[in-house]
Amino acid sequence: MNLPEDIKYTKDHEWIRMDGDLAVVGVTDYAQGELGDVVFVEVDKVGEDIGAGESFGSIEAVKTVSDLFMPVSGTVEELNSALEDNPEAVNKDPYGEGWIVKIRPRDASEVEGLLSVAEYKQLTGA
Amino acid sequence: MKNIALADTHISLGAKMVEFAGYLMPIQYEGIREEHHAVRNSVGVFDVSHMGEFILKGDDALDLVQRTCSNDAARLTDGRAQYSCMPNETGGIIDDLIVYRIDEKTYMLVVNASNIKKDWDWLQKHNTKNVEMHDISAKTTLLAVQGPAATGVLQKLTDIDLGSIKYYHFAKRAFAGCDNVLISNTGYTGSGGFELYFEKGDSQKIWDAVMAAGREAGIRPCGLGARDTLRLEMGFCLYGNDIDETTSPLEAGLGWITKFTKAFTNATALKAQKEQGVRRKLAGFIMVDKGIPRQGYPITDGAGAEIGRVTSGTQSPSLGIAIGMGYVPPEKAAPGSDIHISIRDKQLKASIVKTPFDKPPGE
Repeated sequence: MNLPEDIKYTKDHEWIRMDGDLAVVGVTDYAQGELGDVVFVEVDKVGEDIGAGESFGSIEAVKTVSDLFMPVSGTVEELNSALEDNPEAVNKDPYGEGWIVKIRPRDASEVEGLLSVAEYKQLTGA
Repeated sequence: MKNIALADTHISLGAKMVEFAGYLMPIQYEGIREEHHAVRNSVGVFDVSHMGEFILKGDDALDLVQRTCSNDAARLTDGRAQYSCMPNETGGIIDDLIVYRIDEKTYMLVVNASNIKKDWDWLQKHNTKNVEMHDISAKTTLLAVQGPAATGVLQKLTDIDLGSIKYYHFAKRAFAGCDNVLISNTGYTGSGGFELYFEKGDSQKIWDAVMAAGREAGIRPCGLGARDTLRLEMGFCLYGNDIDETTSPLEAGLGWITKFTKAFTNATALKAQKEQGVRRKLAGFIMVDKGIPRQGYPITDGAGAEIGRVTSGTQSPSLGIAIGMGYVPPEKAAPGSDIHISIRDKQLKASIVKTPFDKPPGE
């Protein structure tokens, strides 16, 4: 399983990487493998202030639908619009082209409190 | 948990295994999309050994089938099969099944895994004339080899001319060096092919032979995930989703296997329902707005009033659009009717279409 060292993870199987004032969020390699072929990503709360752990959208595979959760409190600034035509990027490149949203964290220090790669490996048994 | 013979083989091929009806079954290997396309374009093999098989034997075997099943099994001849359903006494369906006529006094019923015990008990209860009944589910392996290349692949493994076995016909022959394999021109994919029923002990030998014979054609092992997307594109009902103890065969569009030419469970009430007209109909629909329908989502009139429920839904791998089925009032069931699907509190537009599903006009 591909688990980069330089990003933070959540127990909901998302990853987050700071990028200036914003943070990029996606689902982990483990999550995409469990979901199977991703066919649709939807974000229904762009611009709204959302608490950590609350749902901001959903990700659908052929057979399943899962909620997407905010790793930290903040606002969703941007959906990866390339996923509309190419949702399978979430499967093929979950940490790159398959990123899902950019968020503006309310407090960037919250990100530091998330899981390290070692802690996430323990969670998934990887 | 009950085990199918080839569980370890599937795991070694990378299958994701899930519990289904008490069996550990492969849901997918590489991915549903690739498996789906393999079946539509070439050939795929499904292990569906969780399905149940009953043998009914004796002078009154046909009588038992006729009284419990809705289709007319008297029309079968040796080597022919038919789709049928077992109605309950309250207007619903106990199970849908395939009835095989092995010979004049021997029938095989193939039932859904989740209903094996229920069906068996129901048949026992109605077996008032001492028909010999055998549940051979646990010692039978069932492989479905499906797709346009299936016949060519399987022909390498048997002497019988597979082209001579027509749709819903079958033959018992030696296959891949194993005796008594029931080779049936049936399936649940709409892409053609055969289903192979045989003794559990022959499982590995036949699996290996089929995979080797299919190598050039790019044969893929396929899981229950692709089986579901393939059947849904065809508009085939899945028990537990589209039909159940509360849905009548007429509502489900199964009037063609409901034959009032003979007596069967609840026939009088079903005949009255046919004459008076059903209050809801199972219909296929495609999403117009973006969203994927799932089982249980409300179907609404657009103003938020619920008029039915989605029974099956998925993104169609062949068509690239979201498709579904559900029960709607008869006046909303005609192709072209506008309905809405309530997905996470949003009313999304959908349009009723005929099944099998096809690409929307203009695409």
